[in-house]
Amino acid sequence: MASAPLITFTDRGIYCPRADVYVDPWKPVARALITHGHADHARAGHGHYMCTASAAPIMLHRLGEITLQTVQYGDVICINGVDISFHPAGHVVGSAQIRLAHKGEVWVISGDYKIENDGISEPFEPIRCTHFITECTFGLPIFKWQPQAVIAAEINTWWARNQAAGKTSMIGAYSLGKAQRILSMLDVSIGRVLTHGAIEVSNGILRKQSVTLPDTIQVTPDVDPKAYAGAMVLAPPAALGSKWARSFGASSSGFASGWMRLRGVRRRRALDQGFVISDHADWNGLCDAIKLTGAENIYVTHGYTDIFARHLRGIGYNAAIVETDFQGEAAQSEESEAI
Amino acid sequence: MKDFAALFKTLDETTKTSLKVQALAHYFETANDEDKLWTIALFSGRRPKRAITTTLLRTWAAECAGLELWLFEECYPIVGDLAETISLILPDSSDTYDYTLTHWLNALIALSKEPEDLKRAFVIDAWDHLNGTERFLFNKLITGGFRVGVSQKLMTRALAQATGQDEADLAHRLMGNWTPQTTSFETLIEADDPEAALSRPYPFYLAHAVDGAPDQLGPITDWHAEWKWDGIRGQIILRGGTHFVWSRGEELMTDRFPEFAALLDFLPSGVVLDGEILGWKDEKPLPFAALQKRITRKTVPAKLLRDTPVILYAYDLLELNGEDLRESAFSTRRAQLEALLQSLPETAPIRLSPSIEANTWEQLATHRAQARDKQAEGLMLKRCASPYLAGRKKGDWWKWKLDPLTIDAVMIYAQSGHGRRANLFTDYTFAVWNGNDLVPFTKAYSGLSDAEFRQITAWVRQNTLQRFGPVRQVPAEHVFEIAFEGIQRSTRHKSGVALRFPRMLRWRQDKVAKDANTLDDLNEMLVIYG
Ligand SMILES: [Zn+2]
Ligand SMILES: [Zn+2]
Repeated sequence: MASAPLITFTDRGIYCPRADVYVDPWKPVARALITHGHADHARAGHGHYMCTASAAPIMLHRLGEITLQTVQYGDVICINGVDISFHPAGHVVGSAQIRLAHKGEVWVISGDYKIENDGISEPFEPIRCTHFITECTFGLPIFKWQPQAVIAAEINTWWARNQAAGKTSMIGAYSLGKAQRILSMLDVSIGRVLTHGAIEVSNGILRKQSVTLPDTIQVTPDVDPKAYAGAMVLAPPAALGSKWARSFGASSSGFASGWMRLRGVRRRRALDQGFVISDHADWNGLCDAIKLTGAENIYVTHGYTDIFARHLRGIGYNAAIVETDFQGEAAQSEESEAI
Repeated sequence: MKDFAALFKTLDETTKTSLKVQALAHYFETANDEDKLWTIALFSGRRPKRAITTTLLRTWAAECAGLELWLFEECYPIVGDLAETISLILPDSSDTYDYTLTHWLNALIALSKEPEDLKRAFVIDAWDHLNGTERFLFNKLITGGFRVGVSQKLMTRALAQATGQDEADLAHRLMGNWTPQTTSFETLIEADDPEAALSRPYPFYLAHAVDGAPDQLGPITDWHAEWKWDGIRGQIILRGGTHFVWSRGEELMTDRFPEFAALLDFLPSGVVLDGEILGWKDEKPLPFAALQKRITRKTVPAKLLRDTPVILYAYDLLELNGEDLRESAFSTRRAQLEALLQSLPETAPIRLSPSIEANTWEQLATHRAQARDKQAEGLMLKRCASPYLAGRKKGDWWKWKLDPLTIDAVMIYAQSGHGRRANLFTDYTFAVWNGNDLVPFTKAYSGLSDAEFRQITAWVRQNTLQRFGPVRQVPAEHVFEIAFEGIQRSTRHKSGVALRFPRMLRWRQDKVAKDANTLDDLNEMLVIYG
């Protein structure tokens, strides 16, 4: 008789009955393993949380008083015979893929991930498994990213050109992760970098856990934006086009997201510049990551799931779709475009 | 093609008209004559005949990218543009060609007579040696249609700036059946053109919408009322024994409406008329959809000319005996127009737009309520004492349109948008109740804010019942108020009706599915307005 599977999919999220733990559950549960601190993965209301030590500061900042156990990457915790460990996902600082293993059945739940080393996040490590649950936000062959250095050069050239024209440059980027990545890509010999408060909060938390970021000046009511003509301003997407953004006078604005790969989406945002950069894997990244796990059973979630699953079946995998709850995405709808 | 690609990128990435004109003018000042001529041709809808079918392009692109065709086909609707889809899925090239726009166009024209294997080799070689915007544009040169928010008018303005020539003169030079193979930049743009002055139109006067009731406009006796027709605003010029037709976009449309040449037989030279071009049969306007077929064709086949003849419904006279009448009062011009058109035979492609008599605003409102019966959109109000102004100046001309028809409907399917809204579910199918069943009756994809689309997108993802390719069936939960301009019987639709200009007026979050309207309600509207 076949035993019950190690992992099941429930209306609260991905569940391991044997260890009685959920991964990134979207409804309150007793024990939750959290891949990373983004709002659609780390939600309030669980009894007990577990995440990596480097994801913890953001989790505590966002969720407040929670019961939190932290682990180092690679440490193995055994619960009722299930070996549980966290492995770098390369998505943001502290992000993890979660491995659950029992008697040769090995599941890896990717959370959000990217393959390219961004220089800030712990770089992605492929983990061998039998069952791989992968996100596929950009699971179409039209999504292909350029190396980070190419985009960095694009951003810095644009910044310098704006500065020469007497304009401030403003980039809209997801407050946790993308903003710090862009910050680390800037050539700060060009000028000063100003930040919106929402981004500076994340900067502060990451600096405290010794992530090295260039110096920034937070825009507070005491800061006269006009005194920093030609500076680079990093802001959450919702702040672009706002009264706050207009206080900088002549400026050129850009947006940093994987969606900028599509001309139509770039045009809809009506910005001066779109930078194609994402903290999610592109098509080739997804395909490579799956191959490297050696898994035969692939579960796809979050994105172009039906198309991606069909493609995987076509090349010989057992592929199925796992539905996720998107309330988190709806709640921060503006930011969901910034991934 | 690098300079053309740079131009395209600038045009594509800005919504500011001034920046577009500036970029175009810069291009016209710096590019070579051949490329300039081709650019003018492309932006005025004169692209070479398609040398390769899109089916072949799709097959080759999937092959080159090492993808199965179905996967390519799934990407296409999400990107929303074939040329872009191809350029996105192909691998990057490391070594690239630097040929002119004209080189590529000539090569494509020469290719049209070649066998398929040669075409394939040429296209794949080009894909292998072009990147990014240039590869996208190369595909566009094959598939056609550059939608970058550059009208012929905008291009003409930039050309005027770059060459120092008069804009209206240039518009005249650009009309006709020329192609870059039959002329040169020098002949088309720079040589003398004695006809230009004859063709010059007057700027159109445009009306504003009435806010609420029109009684605030003062005594009704100061006003002239007529139907607001649903056609194309046009200005017809008869000068020096020849005629010109201008659209409101100040685009020269003479070639699209050859029947107006006959006006020269009925009216004297030195006449300029303002009016509405309408499809016209049995002394009645044809539906706008019929006229639409005429607008999209640069030249008109004989059958279309027979099926959808047009007339000018004239409502103003701007020039008579070569004299500019715009300073005189509307009532004076109207009287002169009536005299001019009096006793013309039915064969003349022109009618006087009738005036509507009313002694009170209430009486006029009753007339307005009849507009749909007359195939009109509502009323136009013109101040009797007003001169003919230029542009959209408030005060003398008002449009008093009918309110749209509306119905509350339930969303039952959602499909993701394309292009601008590729990552959102924006195209919905709506149904009304027939007993306990929901009958789909229309689709709509505009009218909501991006924030609302995002909210519904998240809901669709969480609540998908079934997928049919790109279409998702969702629970019948959300009610929307659908506005539309007209309703007609249709055998092609399950519901038996077809709507004109359906769009979402608002998301009725205060209503639940059972509050939506019924098929009986739709049928009742069909009886009244159909
Ligand atoms: Zn994330
Ligand atoms: Zn996520």
